[in-house]
Amino acid sequence: MITAPMLEIAVLVLGMVILMVEAFATKIDKRILAFAAIAGLAVVLLGTFFVAPSPSPDQATGFWSFYTADRLSIFFKQFALLTTIFVLIMMTDYAPVVRSSFSAATAQAGLGEFFALPIFTCVGLMYLVSAIDFVFIFVSLELVTISFYVLVSFTRRNPITLEAGMKYLVLSALSTAFLVYGIAWIFGVTGQTNLHRIAEVLTNPATDRGAALLGMALVLVALGFKIAAVPFQIWVPDVYQGAPTPVTAYLSVGSKAAGFVVLLRVLLPFRTLPQTQRLIVLIALLTLIYGNLAALPQTNLKRLLAYSSIAHAGYLLIGVVCFDVRAVTFYLVAYLLMTLLSFAVLVIVAQQTGDEISDFDGLAKRSPFLAFAMLIGMVSLAGVPFTAGFLGKFYIFYAAVLQRQITLVVVGVITVGCGFYYYLKVVRAMYWQSTEKTDKIPINGLSRFAISALIISTIWLGIYPQPILDALKR
Amino acid sequence: MVLFIIFCPIVAAILIMVGTPARKTALAASVLTFASALFLLATFGYDGHDFQHVTSFTISPEWRLSFTTGIDGLSLIMVLLAAIVTLAAVWFAGTIERYENTFYACLLFISGGAIGAFASIDLFFFYAFHELALIPTFLLIGIWGTGNRVAAAWKITIYLAIGSFILLLGLILLYQSVPAPLRSFDIRALTVAASLGQIAADAQHHIYLLLLLGFGILVSLFPFHTWAPEAYASAPAPAAMLHAGVLKKFGLYGLLRLAIPLLPEGARHWTTLLVVLLLGNIIYVGLVTIAQKRLDWMLGYSSVMHMGYILLGIASAGILGVTGAAVLMFAHGISIALLFALAGELRQRTGTLAFDELGGLARVMPFAGLAFGIGVFAAIGLPGFANFAGEIMIFFGAFKNGWTMDGFHIFQITTVLALWGVVISTVYMLRAYRKAFMGTISDQWKHLVDLRPTLRVPVTLLVGALLCYGFFPQSLVRIVTPGFGSYLSANRTDLINTQSCSHGAVSPCLKEQHCQSASTQRGGYNIQQIAWR
Repeated sequence: MITAPMLEIAVLVLGMVILMVEAFATKIDKRILAFAAIAGLAVVLLGTFFVAPSPSPDQATGFWSFYTADRLSIFFKQFALLTTIFVLIMMTDYAPVVRSSFSAATAQAGLGEFFALPIFTCVGLMYLVSAIDFVFIFVSLELVTISFYVLVSFTRRNPITLEAGMKYLVLSALSTAFLVYGIAWIFGVTGQTNLHRIAEVLTNPATDRGAALLGMALVLVALGFKIAAVPFQIWVPDVYQGAPTPVTAYLSVGSKAAGFVVLLRVLLPFRTLPQTQRLIVLIALLTLIYGNLAALPQTNLKRLLAYSSIAHAGYLLIGVVCFDVRAVTFYLVAYLLMTLLSFAVLVIVAQQTGDEISDFDGLAKRSPFLAFAMLIGMVSLAGVPFTAGFLGKFYIFYAAVLQRQITLVVVGVITVGCGFYYYLKVVRAMYWQSTEKTDKIPINGLSRFAISALIISTIWLGIYPQPILDALKR
Repeated sequence: MVLFIIFCPIVAAILIMVGTPARKTALAASVLTFASALFLLATFGYDGHDFQHVTSFTISPEWRLSFTTGIDGLSLIMVLLAAIVTLAAVWFAGTIERYENTFYACLLFISGGAIGAFASIDLFFFYAFHELALIPTFLLIGIWGTGNRVAAAWKITIYLAIGSFILLLGLILLYQSVPAPLRSFDIRALTVAASLGQIAADAQHHIYLLLLLGFGILVSLFPFHTWAPEAYASAPAPAAMLHAGVLKKFGLYGLLRLAIPLLPEGARHWTTLLVVLLLGNIIYVGLVTIAQKRLDWMLGYSSVMHMGYILLGIASAGILGVTGAAVLMFAHGISIALLFALAGELRQRTGTLAFDELGGLARVMPFAGLAFGIGVFAAIGLPGFANFAGEIMIFFGAFKNGWTMDGFHIFQITTVLALWGVVISTVYMLRAYRKAFMGTISDQWKHLVDLRPTLRVPVTLLVGALLCYGFFPQSLVRIVTPGFGSYLSANRTDLINTQSCSHGAVSPCLKEQHCQSASTQRGGYNIQQIAWR
């Protein structure tokens, strides 16, 4: 048995080692670093299944009052590791683009950092899902965000990427300011930063609820930025479109999932206040409507996926409103699979043609495997049964119907209809449209394996969701 | 066996996508499906009203969700319909120029999805299997469609997607309406809970409305019918055959399977609404059908219109009307598939389906003319075809419903109006037949050749099924009635009759008599006298 914090330390050491090797071994093919990182993360992923239980958070002292290793956090540590592994696989496919954006004498300049940075982000995500103290939440959130600052603007010769990096930096810094301000209010009212102690203090009628709510609302702004909820979503389309595609995938899966875990943990003490739920219902409605409607006219696939990421934040927020942790978790897993699947295909196809939807014309003829993978990704995102995406929506709607959130359910169903339109636009391009290009799109063995694994698990979880639900129950 | 019949088309579709020869695999799979459907028919046990050949795999014990399949009388005839139409559609498809593999895979996915939905006892898979057909339909219309295919494909996909999500809400609500310890996705368990009165009347009203809306969109209930004619007009013929013939019956099947046994109170509450809407189907859509100037659009609208009769049978909620609805579902599926197949063949030969340009084709294509004529007469509901048996049972059953000596009940008015639908359908069907196949033939069609002998096989299969069940409708009635008998009597307040009817040990003959005597007030009728002719 190993204790939970060792996982993060192991990943941290892995990141350091890879940075060192990249600095001192200049002769090697830098892709070896990526493979080493994937292997190392896979070992840690294996280790997560043998973690000793942590003390109960109620009586925890010292380190354990910052850090918890409950089922939820272990599950999301696995989630973060898995995401990072898939992102690294995408990055190896993306390496030629990174290389071409550096004009340095050595063709491999910068590649090493490109592979090392996601590992540090992963550490941040792993800490974040374990954090039960505002101070710790803040620190790990910054670790995630700062590594993303670099990653988003990594191919800095491209002006669009630079713009994306700039926008992300400024708006992210702003949201951090909101977070700190909110924490300050909550600390001022309750005198605590630990979430469990805050919950205890809030039950005391002498506490100033109004000021606590203000603090919570400010924290919500910062988290809304992370999970891309309306009205804090303005950065999403530009940053998603401009960032290197694997980084976009990482942002939309890793960052969002961690954001939702933190949201669930932070809202727990404030759940008893009726205003909290009303506020989140409002945000969820706005997010659903904006995300889905704005996605309708998009012609660029990366941008489309950006708006779809907003839309999915809306569905996830329905789950948050109902406070159904399992529904939210299952949705996030489904979202991980289908989003990574779509991005994995996008990375490969976009290098040959481009990332407009029209660049996918006739893909079914050129490369049936990639087209089928994209079809499964899109169909799952839209929510067709026998895919994980449908079951995710099913659990979310189930929770909402059970709690009689009629408005959310009605808006949810209508926006699902919108979703069918814009996701099937991609399917239409791949299957209906014809193209003059007939050359096959090359795909290496590792990516083929990763994409196949994603397809199979998307369908498998759509039929047999029990493993995920069991993993959370124990 | 039931598992085999569900997964035979699906596995074949996956094999085709992997790269086996498309047409051969598809034909082999559909022949196998057809053969196993016949086997199921032959080994069907008539004396029980329970599900047979039940197999179950637990998915989630906590939610009582399991992949359970099995057939009772109603599912059996729907599976049989699906198998017949699949075989005919695959046979008719012929060689496809673009993406042949995808075409056949899509067809088989639709077929497998429909069969899976009909043979699922579990609510979740019942829903999910139907959705399996959604994307294949989108691709079939989008890639191989004609005319305004883009708009048609979007319309059908989005309409059906929203419809099925509304349906999903209804099903979730249905699942949640049962007290927690009894909650289950198993339709049998839900039926038991419903017969114990566990579903509150108030909840039934909401659930029934959602189900009616969801299933109604899938069945093209007026005013949610606009997706259907356009989609069928632009779909390639095999897709239209499968969708109009089989898949659309899913909504009706769902109403028969869920709404009537589980939500009798909801059904009673919304009867007037359903009756008004189905009159919209019969009268309004019927008149619109007369105005059509193209054969494919006319067939599309006529398939919408005929849904009205079946819905009338379902609305009457008496054993005679419901049995008629089941028979007509089967008959309509076969006849509309036949008509779409021949229309598709015509379109391939002439390149047009506008009435003004066709005419006299029976001279050069006598076999096609004869087959089309049979399809037309069947669709009108002439005696000797299965459609007639279904329609007459529906009309009798509906008229009997709520009958009092001293005045007209809404069902009598509806039935009288619906009878005019027969006149309307006679007008448009005969007109279509005259304009396409009779009259003077224009010079440009003189070189046309009749159907190849290989294509006559599926046509004969469909015509044979129509005639066979037209002359012996009792063989269908015998299959479906026991199941309905137990549902309809289980909902009655009269406990003594309930027990004697649903008791499995009573012989079928005796049981039927019991049910009939028990359900005279609700529109029960001596089926054997009416249907046997």
